[in-house]
Amino acid sequence: MSDVSLSARSKARVTRRPWHALVRWETLLVLAILVDFAINAHASPYFLDPWTLSDVTVSVAEKAVVALAMAFLVMAGEIDISVGGIIALASVSMGLVARAGLPLPLVVASGIATGLLAGCVNGALVTIGRVPSIVATIGTMTLFRGIAYAVLGDGVLKTYPPGFAWLGQGSVAGPVSFELVLFVALAAVAIVLRHATAFGRRVVATGSNPEASRMSGIATDRLRFALFVAVGTAAGLASVLLTSRLGSTRPSIAQGWELEIITMVILGGVAIEGGIGTIPGVVLAAILMGLVTFGLGLLNVPGIVMSVVTGTMLIVVVAVPAALRRYGGGRQ
Amino acid sequence: MNRRDLLAGLTAIGGLATGSLLLPAGARGAGRPVRIAIVAKSLGNGFFNAVHLGGDQAAAAIASAGGNRIEVIFTGPTNTAAENQIDVINALIAQHVDAIAISANDPDALVPSCKRAMQRGIKVMAYDSSVAKEGRILYLADATDQQAGDACLDLAADACSGHGKVAILSATATSTNQNSWIAAMKADLPKHPGLDLVTVVYGDDLSDKSYREATALLQKYPDLAVIIAPSTVAITAAAKAVDDAGKTGKVFVTGLGLPSECAGAVEKGTIKSFAIWNPVDIGYAVVEIANTLVAGKGGPGSSITAGKLGPIAFDADGNGTLGKPTTYDKSDIAAAAKLF
Repeated sequence: MSDVSLSARSKARVTRRPWHALVRWETLLVLAILVDFAINAHASPYFLDPWTLSDVTVSVAEKAVVALAMAFLVMAGEIDISVGGIIALASVSMGLVARAGLPLPLVVASGIATGLLAGCVNGALVTIGRVPSIVATIGTMTLFRGIAYAVLGDGVLKTYPPGFAWLGQGSVAGPVSFELVLFVALAAVAIVLRHATAFGRRVVATGSNPEASRMSGIATDRLRFALFVAVGTAAGLASVLLTSRLGSTRPSIAQGWELEIITMVILGGVAIEGGIGTIPGVVLAAILMGLVTFGLGLLNVPGIVMSVVTGTMLIVVVAVPAALRRYGGGRQ
Repeated sequence: MNRRDLLAGLTAIGGLATGSLLLPAGARGAGRPVRIAIVAKSLGNGFFNAVHLGGDQAAAAIASAGGNRIEVIFTGPTNTAAENQIDVINALIAQHVDAIAISANDPDALVPSCKRAMQRGIKVMAYDSSVAKEGRILYLADATDQQAGDACLDLAADACSGHGKVAILSATATSTNQNSWIAAMKADLPKHPGLDLVTVVYGDDLSDKSYREATALLQKYPDLAVIIAPSTVAITAAAKAVDDAGKTGKVFVTGLGLPSECAGAVEKGTIKSFAIWNPVDIGYAVVEIANTLVAGKGGPGSSITAGKLGPIAFDADGNGTLGKPTTYDKSDIAAAAKLF
């Protein structure tokens, strides 16, 4: 590889101004999106159609909503593997509330509240119980889904009130779906929180050096607890959208979503060890993943190949910078 | 511009580009063929490959008889999650295919997207595992649930000479088919007073999980006589578990499976006999029926001629049945294993 012999000057520049590398990471994501867009448009005659593009957003918006919250958690040096389980549990609680004949706002509220409570459980395990987040949430992943299975077994809940279907299937105007509008709004909020508030800086500080952050007056435990609650709530919201799109609840829904959500976060340039990351990067990664999987779907490429492509993207993103860091200085 | 980051980006883009460019550019030729999509529950399952084979045979037969030129699109998700099958349907809707025939992973969750496909003029039918009535025009069942349940129970009784403990190793707890067959088996138990159904466990149609569940059954019930596995993944995993536990000849495995996958276990004697409907015939019938629907003919309450397979009657709810499953044993397994 020719780049092993990097000049000392560029090495110093990267070390001194890490944001520089991140800005370029997003530029590369934009470039990758444009290239994939062009390939899709060229390879499939059906791609450049507003309704098709609208379908792209539906397939990623639910996961992307959770990825936004997850990005903050990963930046703070923690992780939540239980989001798929939370989505299933929230869906079951909504199904039960709906079966009891309660009105639409209560159905939606119960889903979001279940997510919030599940987030509290995760947060308490990590901040009060001092369990490492990956261990705690691997446990709750099985626990939450286990409860969903215990309640529902092989049954199904599908008596949702009229109007519920609109949340996941309806559109605000033409091909612009409600899911897309909601995601754009939440992304805007996340960008402001991360890049224009003290909260965002505290999250990053906690992730890059928890001890120093605590000593300098950041309530790191409270912050982490809040982030787990935020991820749980986002998963509850995703559950509302997914349940509405499916029109029914089974305990097996959202199986394996945690991996796709974490893939979005990592692909977006958030460092898995915490302390680095931007929200626009995560948004771009979500768009890229949506375009790639939907583009391959349009060509009837089997899902196996899609998994290979997603896996390759992730390895390239995680392994290449790590290898480069070893050979020639680093991004951090 | 830093060369390292540029390299990382170019590698990523290169990976994407080669991933997409190597693929065929879809159908764009003149004189557009009728495009019928056959959606599997999951890919990498020999049953659905055989369905695909049958579909291609029907397409060739229809074309050579002077009918429509038919392009069969065979696709499906990697795992058995309903959400992934929805993504597959969305992609097919975007391609404006003429008909979708689906073996559903979930009868309810697929309804909204199947409805959307029908609203956009696509003929949607289900085969093998149904979508709820409002989500499809017709459903071609492999056999009635009763026929399948009867077959499994008769095979079990045959394997243990009518007396012994029986356990069921099924697919997922939400599989429509397996659940109705198990219900049929339970309803039929009084006909076999010697059989004692001890439990039903679920291997989720995954080889490793099915193997573990089967091993656990053998440990929990040392005097178990028969494991009924109504899924090709489960039956092969159970046969392997019985063989590995050294219980071949003491515990028999039976159920529904593919001849090519069960052949080894039948030779060894772990499986005495098993049943399956012919998936090649299913694929053949699916394409014939879908082609009829695309032509604007047929529907609930009608009879559709499925080429060489003859007429298939659909009731007012759109349900039709291909036929009773066939039983295979040592005498005819080799020939069948070559086919599917």
